[in-house]
Amino acid sequence: MITQYIPVVLAFALAAVVAGMLVGLSSFLGRGRLRGTRTRDTYESGMPLLGSSRKRVSVRFFVVAMVFIVFDVEVAFLFPWAVSVRGLLAEGNSAVLLDGLIFLVVLVIGYAYLWREGAFDWSRRRSES
Amino acid sequence: MWASLAVTASKLVVVAGSVLTSVAVMEWVERRGAAFIQDRLGPNRVGPLGLFQPIVDAVKLLFKEDITPSSVNKGLYYLAPAISVFVALVTFIVIPFGAGKDVQVFGVPLGGLIVAPDLGVGILYLLALSSLGVYGIVIAGWSSNNKYSLLGGLRSSAQLISYELSMTLAVLGVLLATGSLRLDDVVAYQATHLWNVIPQFIGFVVFTTAVFAETNRLPFDLAEAETELVAGYHVEYSSMKFAAFLMSEYINMTTASALIVTLFFGGWTFPGMQHFSGWWLLIASVGAFLVKLAFFLWLFVWVRWSLPRFRYDQLMRLGWKGLLPLATLNLVWVGAAMAMRWI
Repeated sequence: MITQYIPVVLAFALAAVVAGMLVGLSSFLGRGRLRGTRTRDTYESGMPLLGSSRKRVSVRFFVVAMVFIVFDVEVAFLFPWAVSVRGLLAEGNSAVLLDGLIFLVVLVIGYAYLWREGAFDWSRRRSES
Repeated sequence: MWASLAVTASKLVVVAGSVLTSVAVMEWVERRGAAFIQDRLGPNRVGPLGLFQPIVDAVKLLFKEDITPSSVNKGLYYLAPAISVFVALVTFIVIPFGAGKDVQVFGVPLGGLIVAPDLGVGILYLLALSSLGVYGIVIAGWSSNNKYSLLGGLRSSAQLISYELSMTLAVLGVLLATGSLRLDDVVAYQATHLWNVIPQFIGFVVFTTAVFAETNRLPFDLAEAETELVAGYHVEYSSMKFAAFLMSEYINMTTASALIVTLFFGGWTFPGMQHFSGWWLLIASVGAFLVKLAFFLWLFVWVRWSLPRFRYDQLMRLGWKGLLPLATLNLVWVGAAMAMRWI
């Protein structure tokens, strides 16, 4: 039934108006007055800037992102299972819990592998391993 | 058709208005609470007990000069605070704030004090949209063209996705017991059974810890970390754009507290509910919900001013090696308990 999404559309419209208003109002009401030459410099920490801010990023962040993608997809698979368990149990189908358990075991094997590989150790140096 | 549209729109305005008001109230609670915990007075000049302080702050921020540094990426720099507020404002429509199934307004059934009562995807909608909030922070950090902002944005993105897994798994435990994605059904289930906090205490602890991280609150506010990153991802923001980030943080806090209440503490249900009906039930249930909500909002403030900040490797260790196994354990426990017909 498509009408169930009407509140979503309304909420999106309201949120867009409020968000746009906040950003718009600040640039309208807070228009610049007389300003010196340094007003529009990057503040950072109040000191003259050293180097560029487009630095290389630690590879750890990418590892976390990859691990997240894998686990999040698997968690997404669990949603339809979790919602239908109650009904299937009532019909006397208790194998459904075993199915979920097997899925979780597969998940745990991958998790244990990642743990051993050190994917979750943020501060471990290469030389120590 | 038009009447039901009007009812939906007015529910939306009422709930959105309350949530936005809660931002002002929470700002006052936070400042006075911090003062109370640190044994000082806090803002007490504007109005009785300093109650009008948030209004003064808002007006001041509105008229502050809006400085846009010349080296930022203009489009993304303006987009980031808008994304944060937008995401914060659309999520709470699936949360039931009160009863009202049997109440009619101008002949139209109210369907409970929930903006989207028929939305079948329920909590999935909330989880999906709230995880978009990370874009606001990352884009703000990157487009500011500032080393500390970039670091704050990066840390925050890794933190948010790490804790999202544990949070989702903790929610799955509740859905498993309920058998529905709609939060209305979660509340209805808890009206006839024990509140989920008792059979799923591990899930409650995991979920609460994870939402603290998701809302970037202390002890997990590595994205801001004033002592090392100046103010993190919003260093270069001023005026109302800065306030937009603050607002979205407080709205997210309110949504998170409402979720804790709904998932684990029976939502708007309360003992002795069967003696009420119609409008009286609606009013009493909203009152019960607000009492529970206020407690968890205070918990957010209480924790912020009591605990020190985690180090980043500790944060990651807690998320991946602590909460994730616990959340999985909770899921297995709920499944086992259901097999044994305990819950």
